[in-house]
Amino acid sequence: MTRQSYLTRGFADDASLSKTPLYDFHVEIGGKMVPFAGYSMPIQYKDSIMDATKHCREHGSIFDVSHMCGLTLKGKDAVPFLEKLVVGDVAGIKNGSGSLSVFTNEQGGIIDDTVITKVADDEIYLVVNAGCREKDLAHIGKHMEKYKSEGGAVDMTVHDDRALLALQGPAAVETLQPLVDLDLSKVYFSDFHKLDIAGIPCYLTRTGYTGEDGFEISAPNDKALELTKKLLENPRIRMCGLGARDSLRLEAGLCLYGNDLDEGKTPVEAGLTWTIGKRRREACDFLGGEIIKKQLAEGVSQRRVGLVSTGAPARQHSIIMTMEGKEVGEVTSGAFSPCLKKNVAMGYVEKAYAKAGTELQVSVRGRTSPAVVTKMPFVPNTYYKAPTTAS
Amino acid sequence: MAIRQLASFAAQRTGLCWATPLSGQASTPLATALRAGWCKGFATVEEGFKYATSHEWAKIEGDTATIGISDFAQSELGDIVYVELPEVGSEVTKGENFGVVESVKAASDVYSPLSGEVVDTNQTLTEDPGKVNTEPFTDGWMIKVKLTDPSQADSLLDSAAYGKHCDENAH
Repeated sequence: MTRQSYLTRGFADDASLSKTPLYDFHVEIGGKMVPFAGYSMPIQYKDSIMDATKHCREHGSIFDVSHMCGLTLKGKDAVPFLEKLVVGDVAGIKNGSGSLSVFTNEQGGIIDDTVITKVADDEIYLVVNAGCREKDLAHIGKHMEKYKSEGGAVDMTVHDDRALLALQGPAAVETLQPLVDLDLSKVYFSDFHKLDIAGIPCYLTRTGYTGEDGFEISAPNDKALELTKKLLENPRIRMCGLGARDSLRLEAGLCLYGNDLDEGKTPVEAGLTWTIGKRRREACDFLGGEIIKKQLAEGVSQRRVGLVSTGAPARQHSIIMTMEGKEVGEVTSGAFSPCLKKNVAMGYVEKAYAKAGTELQVSVRGRTSPAVVTKMPFVPNTYYKAPTTAS
Repeated sequence: MAIRQLASFAAQRTGLCWATPLSGQASTPLATALRAGWCKGFATVEEGFKYATSHEWAKIEGDTATIGISDFAQSELGDIVYVELPEVGSEVTKGENFGVVESVKAASDVYSPLSGEVVDTNQTLTEDPGKVNTEPFTDGWMIKVKLTDPSQADSLLDSAAYGKHCDENAH
């Protein structure tokens, strides 16, 4: 029986926890604050996780994701430097756009997932996970030191002076459009702009982690509350906590670092081969490139899959078995889907059982329930993508 | 009862997830989870019932008790999506786990406030687990138990004492 000791001693107002610029606002509007990645963060507000999840998909929600770490790499060698550490074709990203990517270690394992934006040829903006912040910064720093000592021109700035808000859902555009001097119908998924929102200097990326259309907005700490209140003037928009955020990302089939991704899994096993640019696949000139090259050529023994199950929800660490009871994998994230009203999960299974439609079982507290390998996303995403001819 | 949700939330080093490192079994008592400072609704307490500090109630009629979880407990858990109950004929023991309720993110063990043999279970919860939320003291009951020792009820809280217990838990 595992009990996490924090429950009996650690409270969300624990002095050791960091607070985002919106902390007081979260508390004021009824946020249930919990410790998360070293921050005191709202897990939910007054509405249930069920209602909050559906609200985001039907209307729109604001998430305080200021705990996540934004950073900028600047210098004429910023792109070649970053390409040593990530699998994406950064050089191939058009300026003012971006992509999901992953940092790999020497074994090809995933150090972190990150959204990379190429602001300009000599400027990259990245957002990395809060829980990976220290190791990511150390990893980048170590390689940067070496790179610079060999004459490379690149520097890093961590944006601790900025807050990060995610405005997500079908009402995101109608909420933001009146506040910006930019035609949002021309701003596509992953596009990036530095602009004023309600007079506040922001970084705007048309992205998010809910599967919905929406934006991530980086704003100065001292303007974060003003901006949040401005966005909340649209009555369709509500604040949304980490609880519903987790439901939303799982329904969207998006990985959570630490659950679905870790240093022992490669992007190929994780179903993130698409993040390895074509040019990068041929060269594999990033950390762990040789191992990944071999996996691309010969295949992998396990793969990440989606599962839909009946019975008790299969959560992290539930065992995945064949109908005959042979153990073939483990659930890495799982929950009841508020939007689909059924249990959804993702996990890793032996390759032979990874095909959509494969009938398996999950074991929850010693009882087995039927589970079917299912294509993700479980809930279709609604990203606003550029017409293919225009890109 | 026990909430896996908050427990694993803390354990989670990085991401958003709080599904427990449960190896299929782990769980944390609800009473523990509630100390984490969740905001309060206006939970009601049913007069005439007996309560365990772990937030289960017992309605005692002769040598039989109907058992469920309190309004306070259900309001803390949020939307219940799955209820796991014991077999009729099995034995439950005071203070020991007899079932599980799961909300969107949490799996919580339910402890029996009294000892005895399970004589009936609420099968409607299989189809409609939300009854635990909407009617925690009536249609959301979980099991009926033929008591081994009805005097065990003397050690449980009455409604006034339980109400006070909830207030003390509330932040």
